[in-house]
Amino acid sequence: MIDELGQFALVLALALSLAQLGLSVAGRLRRDAALAGAGEGAAVGAFAALAIGFVALIHAFVTSDFSVLNVAENSHTAKPLLYKVAGAWGSHEGSILLWCLMLTGYGAAMAASGRLPFGLKAWAVACQGALGSLFIGYMVFASNPLARLTAEPVQGNSLNPLLQDPALAAHPPFLYAGYVGFSVVFSLAVGALAEGRVDPAWARWTRPWALAAWSFLTVGITLGSFWAYYELGWGGWWAWDPVENASFMPWLLGTALLHSAAVTEKRGALASWTVLLGLGAFTLAMMGAFLVRSGVLTSVHAFAVDPRRGILLLVILGVAAGSGLALYAWRAPTLKDEAVFAPISREGALFVNNVLLAAATATVLIGTLLPLIRQAIDGTPISVGGPYFNLTFTTLTVPALLLVPVGALLAWKRADAMGALQRLWPAAAVAVAGGLLALALVSPRSAVAAAGLAVGIWVVAGALVEAGERVRVFRAPWAEVGRRLAGLPRGSWGMTLAHLGLGVFALGAAFETAWRAEAGAALQVGQTMRLAAFELRLDRVDPHVVGPNYEAVRTELRVLDGAGRLVCAAAPERRVYAAGGQTTSQVAICPGILDDIYVTAGDQRDAGDGKAAYLIKAYWNPWVRLIFLGPLLMALGGVISLSDRRLRFAVPGRARQAAAPAPAE
Amino acid sequence: MAWLPRSRAARRRLMMVAVAAPVLALAVGVALFALKGSISFFYTPAQAAAAHVPPGRAIQLGGLVRAGSVVRKPDGEVDFVVADHTAATRVVFRGELPDLFREGQGVVAIGAFDAAGVFQARQILAKHDERYMPPELADALKKQGEWRGDGAAPTYGSQGGAR
Repeated sequence: MIDELGQFALVLALALSLAQLGLSVAGRLRRDAALAGAGEGAAVGAFAALAIGFVALIHAFVTSDFSVLNVAENSHTAKPLLYKVAGAWGSHEGSILLWCLMLTGYGAAMAASGRLPFGLKAWAVACQGALGSLFIGYMVFASNPLARLTAEPVQGNSLNPLLQDPALAAHPPFLYAGYVGFSVVFSLAVGALAEGRVDPAWARWTRPWALAAWSFLTVGITLGSFWAYYELGWGGWWAWDPVENASFMPWLLGTALLHSAAVTEKRGALASWTVLLGLGAFTLAMMGAFLVRSGVLTSVHAFAVDPRRGILLLVILGVAAGSGLALYAWRAPTLKDEAVFAPISREGALFVNNVLLAAATATVLIGTLLPLIRQAIDGTPISVGGPYFNLTFTTLTVPALLLVPVGALLAWKRADAMGALQRLWPAAAVAVAGGLLALALVSPRSAVAAAGLAVGIWVVAGALVEAGERVRVFRAPWAEVGRRLAGLPRGSWGMTLAHLGLGVFALGAAFETAWRAEAGAALQVGQTMRLAAFELRLDRVDPHVVGPNYEAVRTELRVLDGAGRLVCAAAPERRVYAAGGQTTSQVAICPGILDDIYVTAGDQRDAGDGKAAYLIKAYWNPWVRLIFLGPLLMALGGVISLSDRRLRFAVPGRARQAAAPAPAE
Repeated sequence: MAWLPRSRAARRRLMMVAVAAPVLALAVGVALFALKGSISFFYTPAQAAAAHVPPGRAIQLGGLVRAGSVVRKPDGEVDFVVADHTAATRVVFRGELPDLFREGQGVVAIGAFDAAGVFQARQILAKHDERYMPPELADALKKQGEWRGDGAAPTYGSQGGAR
């Protein structure tokens, strides 16, 4: 009964989205506030209807209603409650429902926000309705999450055990909240193009949505990477897998968007570029959904292939992105773009940052799509490996990283480059000293890694110098520093924190990539193996550990340091899940302050004299904690910026006066 | 500098192009350079034999794991045969096999042939979804008439014997 109600709600949501589109367009064309208001009402209604459908799906999963195909394929009565709920978005159908729910949720939030001018809002709500109609239509007609089975099975197929994990339960909602958040930016860009007007006020309205989407996406990608790190047992955190790239490209373009929107807001420049980025970020987000959900790419985490769905998603992507870009090509020349600015200025630095980020996005895009293009041209299947991405991406992002502290210290309009560099000398000194120290002390000696480390220190120290300059630390009496600290706008806290996070990430990535160590051996009980400066001893094996929905072989190891002292005890497991019969390996991690010792247990081998040996693989991942901490700091910076009163209340122009003493954020 | 445009706006626009152009040129240059070294091709054993893939060149080898060919040595090495309809290749892999590795099922090995013609795999691809088959492999097998449909029909029940 509840399932039928949910089904009905999904169809209702489709009807309401179509109404949202029609009413808003009619309201705008006839300048009728009542019609446009009805369109906004329909947007809220569509969200409410999808929420009912979503609750119905969760209900079906929680009650293990196997008469629903989706539940039968992805759930199991013995599954813990969290994963029953998370199973609702673990499948293709459920994740599309989650996507639509978020899409209408953002649409409803925009429709309910009171600040947008009539014309822009009506077009944006209409565009959001059009996007909603496309995706909800796809869900209702081609990917129904609540479809019934004629014969109800006794037990379900269960969710893939690799996906039964807290980080991965939270990963899709965050990722989708990020992806779909860019839909509002897309709609506002379409609205601006339709109205033929992009001004600082538009940038100010757009920025909070972009900031929210970017923060969610940052957390989503980090959770995914963290999951891949500790669940897949391969010891790494990023593989340039197509699916990872699919989430990373909108993030890169979204980062560029945040910075160019700041230029448009403060200086009225780069307006049409900002609009293009707004269109591009959501286009890449939709492409991400297409790449992941259609199975066109060979990927570590491609889902089941269904050509019909892939083609439908491609059509939706083509229609949405194509019409957005066509509108841009038609209307962008009419936008008034005050592109005049001095090269040495905050906006000049942000422009260079945008060029670098856009170029980096393009190289990732090429590497991700080249296998598809080549296959389409002459049918040769190829794959593009990690070295391509490492080389191109690093080449383009290192200059951007070097520029971050400088740009943050430059003033708007016309800045003093020498002054900024003079203020940055402590950061430069610390960075060079840190790099040299690493070159001298850390073995094996690596100049590239030391340089990477110096870049990370430069960004971190630069962010601290920038914050210090803002509050005049060491230059004004402490009382004044305190006063300035308290009066600092949240937006500048956010920026400092985000840049700090970027530097922290760069530090971790450089250190971990250069100085990680790995070792593997088949150990019998009592045998040891070496990993970097550590010694791992296999103490005990418990072959019959019984978990809630699995059985496991647990290997217990002791990790000793060079002096023979106990560092920690690690107990990696090899689990066999009763439902589906799949084996997974449960990683054991010995967390240090920054480092991890990462141990996985593999197959059992016959060691010859009737004894069993166990394949143990271990990694030492120094500073790996920073890789996950950095992005979280960045997201936190985004959230803090989002809470800035100026973003919500102030009219454009007033902020410049309010922040007069320090260079405006 | 007479060759510069007169209007301030045009000069600034020229400046933007002057900044953007070298960055884009750099991006294109590095991308092309990096692509040369990191594109790898996909072969089934028969295709690899026909193409005379030189030893040491990184490729992807796809096929079915021949039933009964998997030897797990005590030192952690795994030895198995990847076969298609007409040819078979011995593959050696040192490391953790993916959880979905099964005899008789599709697999993609990434690595290179050694001088003796044995495929030294760096990585064996695992899939989230047990119904998943890499598209290249599915295509290649379809052409050879070894395709058996999109995996086994889903079974509802907890025996797990069907897979």
